[in-house]
Amino acid sequence: MLSFIFRRLMQSVFVMLAVSLIAFSLFRFVGDPVAQMVGQETSIEDQENLRERLGLNDPLTTQYLRFVGNLAKGEFGYSYRTRQPVSEMILSRMPATLELGFVSLIISLLVGIPAGIYTALKRGGILANAILVTTLVGISVPTFVIGIFLIYVFGVELGWLPTFGRGETVQIGWWQTSFLTWEGWKSLLLPAITLGVYQLTLTMRLVRAEMQDVLKTDFVKFATARGINYRSLYFNHAFRNTLVPVVTIIGLQLGGIIAFSIVTESVFQWPGMGLLFLDSIRYVDIPVMSVYLVLIAMMFVIINLLVDLLYFAIDPRVRLKGAHG
Amino acid sequence: MSTVLNITNLSVKFPTRFGEFTALDKVDLEVNAGEIHGLVGESGAGKSTVGAAIIGLLQSPGYISDGQINFMGKDLTQLDQDSYHELRGQHISMIFQDPQTSLNPLLTISAQLIETIRQHADISIAQARERAIALLQETGIHDVENRMDEYPHQFSGGMRQRVVIALALCTDPELIIADEPTTALDVSVQKQILALIRTLCTERNIGIILITHDIGVINEVTDQVTVLRSGRVIETGLTAEVLGTPADEYTKALMAAVPRLDKRLERFRNIVKDDVLSAEDTSWKVAGASAQFASDWLLAEQAESSRQTPQTTLEATKQQSTQLSIEQSTQDSSIELSKKSTLQTAPQAILSVVDLAVTFHSGQPGWFRKKAGFKALSGISFDMQQGQVLGVVGESGSGKSTLAKAIVGLVDPSAGDIFFRGEALPPGSVRARSHQTRRQIQMVFQDPYSSLNNRRTVEDIIAEPIRFYDLANDKQLIRKLVASVLELVEMPQRAMLKYPHQFSGGQRQRIAVARALVARPDFLICDEPTSALDVSIQAQMLNLLKDLQQTFGLSIMFISHNLAVIRQMADSVVVLKNGRLVEVAETEQFFNAPADPYSQMLLRETPSLSLLQANG
Repeated sequence: MLSFIFRRLMQSVFVMLAVSLIAFSLFRFVGDPVAQMVGQETSIEDQENLRERLGLNDPLTTQYLRFVGNLAKGEFGYSYRTRQPVSEMILSRMPATLELGFVSLIISLLVGIPAGIYTALKRGGILANAILVTTLVGISVPTFVIGIFLIYVFGVELGWLPTFGRGETVQIGWWQTSFLTWEGWKSLLLPAITLGVYQLTLTMRLVRAEMQDVLKTDFVKFATARGINYRSLYFNHAFRNTLVPVVTIIGLQLGGIIAFSIVTESVFQWPGMGLLFLDSIRYVDIPVMSVYLVLIAMMFVIINLLVDLLYFAIDPRVRLKGAHG
Repeated sequence: MSTVLNITNLSVKFPTRFGEFTALDKVDLEVNAGEIHGLVGESGAGKSTVGAAIIGLLQSPGYISDGQINFMGKDLTQLDQDSYHELRGQHISMIFQDPQTSLNPLLTISAQLIETIRQHADISIAQARERAIALLQETGIHDVENRMDEYPHQFSGGMRQRVVIALALCTDPELIIADEPTTALDVSVQKQILALIRTLCTERNIGIILITHDIGVINEVTDQVTVLRSGRVIETGLTAEVLGTPADEYTKALMAAVPRLDKRLERFRNIVKDDVLSAEDTSWKVAGASAQFASDWLLAEQAESSRQTPQTTLEATKQQSTQLSIEQSTQDSSIELSKKSTLQTAPQAILSVVDLAVTFHSGQPGWFRKKAGFKALSGISFDMQQGQVLGVVGESGSGKSTLAKAIVGLVDPSAGDIFFRGEALPPGSVRARSHQTRRQIQMVFQDPYSSLNNRRTVEDIIAEPIRFYDLANDKQLIRKLVASVLELVEMPQRAMLKYPHQFSGGQRQRIAVARALVARPDFLICDEPTSALDVSIQAQMLNLLKDLQQTFGLSIMFISHNLAVIRQMADSVVVLKNGRLVEVAETEQFFNAPADPYSQMLLRETPSLSLLQANG
């Protein structure tokens, strides 16, 4: 088990190095950073000085090593746009995105899993078919359309929920949370649903397909023949056996939710990392973009590691193989 | 003796797009307490449907259209879903075929047992655990206290089946339906499990329905037997009477088709022909195609090819290999050596295996650890003579299939050499695609359902080797050959227009044999070619292989776990156990007086057909 984690961490290091290389190449290829930083009137000498000071004249390898070294030390540099430290900017935005992603994940699981089990058991039932058709809409309509639709219905027509921003938040250390106020929750609801609809549909369909497969296996038939009550049969015996593929996909999707919440954040003007990224692109704010890239990659790596560890918890076969080899 | 179950006039139907399919037609069955009632029949006979109907788990959309199932004085067909479910486990239980898949892999043995016990009895977890321990001990599991908290995958196949039996027993049911309970097990384990079922049945006074396709099993353990065919009862009665003096033609034919362990027959006689051919099938012909044409074509080439093949003697190559390993001599000198010795004459071995070993490396190799491997085969040496049939016997995991794969080049040996016609065969990964042995050695696989490509017509499938090995170029000729070869394997010529899924298992296996034959092989490897087939089809298949072997003088390596089949087919026998060679012997000598204790054990444990033997 420990050797497994160690091996995975080593692999992660390589992944992160590869990503940092891409992030670094942003500096070289997206445009001349000096031209972005200085005004029209700055003389050529001043530009040259700045170039020298930023180390842009050093050999590429030196620059890359310095870049990686700084990342490792947590020194992310300064934004070209706001002149603030990038780390500060991202830290102030991160809680918003993480909370949004977390809530939409919970919504998708709480609705998607039971709906998946239900539709697998009541195959061809009216309600099951209705659920399937409805969620088909969720997967085929683009996120921003759903967002705008929800804003129109609940924000504009009914006026129940706010349509933009985080509402009232509470500061805990550097973490700004909307979980502790009523207003915060109300603001969170619409974007979280918008972001979670796709994941919800995916989870539901996956659980449904896996459940249908597991229900056909011999051990479920045998458990039925032993008269095990249906509740335990469906949840303890059948559903548990669907978890390995379900957890894998949900893990990958969670990374996706956080990384690509850009659209939702933009529709709801949610002050998260996605919106920050969008602004940075608009102003070619390369330091922010490259750090964002590295952070998202790291998030994927961590989530995948967690998913692998979950396998150990779910499947005794993996657990014992890990112990022996 | 009290009657536990009494089925009268039971009919089960499955609605399909083409009208209703009758799976069971007016079946009567009576099972007494303390008695094992065997249900025997070939695939499609409706054996399992009887079991499913009794326990109320008929696959949708099947339904009971007529008849009664009287269980302990209650008519089960009248029960609603909930009361039926209460009955399951409590009064009627099931044992499934494959212990690998019938236990939940994510729950410990104890969790599954305790849950089932507490489902039907209002007792505490501790009490249920006590009962579970007692049950596992009763079914013959050792070290129960420690092992019961393990997961199913930590048990061997036989042990798992014991756990399955414990699970079926744990609520004290009156009736157990055992659906092919030993089919997935090795013979030695099968014997133990059958003995266990017998003991439990007598001691606990349970009625057991034993569903199987194996008449040997029926003979070994049942008191009564019912023979089913196409959903109808053919014959029923005491096992000794039905098997001893079968009244119905079908029963007789079925028994004649069972390969006999006690003596070798030239051919199987009195076989059920159930592949009915339509007139349309038989009248369609390719001009000029006939079995004779195929056989002439195959024989013509054989004469030619054996003339062309360089004849190096085995002795020389053996010498060569020792030279290489001991003295580390250069390649050149050893080639010289083999050239010299070609002048000597020695009895021609078509295949000889010298000190062969295959090691599988599983899992991810650690960064700092040395790769440990699983030795599938080690130290295997034997010779096989031209034109003979060599039987390879062993239980699962003995390395039979690995041996075949090493010869055809699907796995690489980790040590040792394989000589074909005296020439060393390169390991599979470096054997050229154009290497002539790729044509000379052909293989027929076990499962005819997965060994043929369902997306191609039979014509494409059989023509492929002809084109690939460049045996004929003319389109008309190829077509004629395909049709002729089909006729040679006793298939209608029209089969070439169809796709594999349109055929039964036996027919598919004939197509697989035809595909191997058209490559004009010298050496055929048959890896369990009949174990997926019903006995009557198996008999036809074995007859066909015997005929082909005699006509073309093929050398066949015949791999099987079934000793009776080996006796009918092989001239000599190789016994493998856990990747090691146990015995090599002439067939008659092997079956009359096996030398190794393991061979003796295998022979002893194979279900005997004593009643059949008495019948002559």
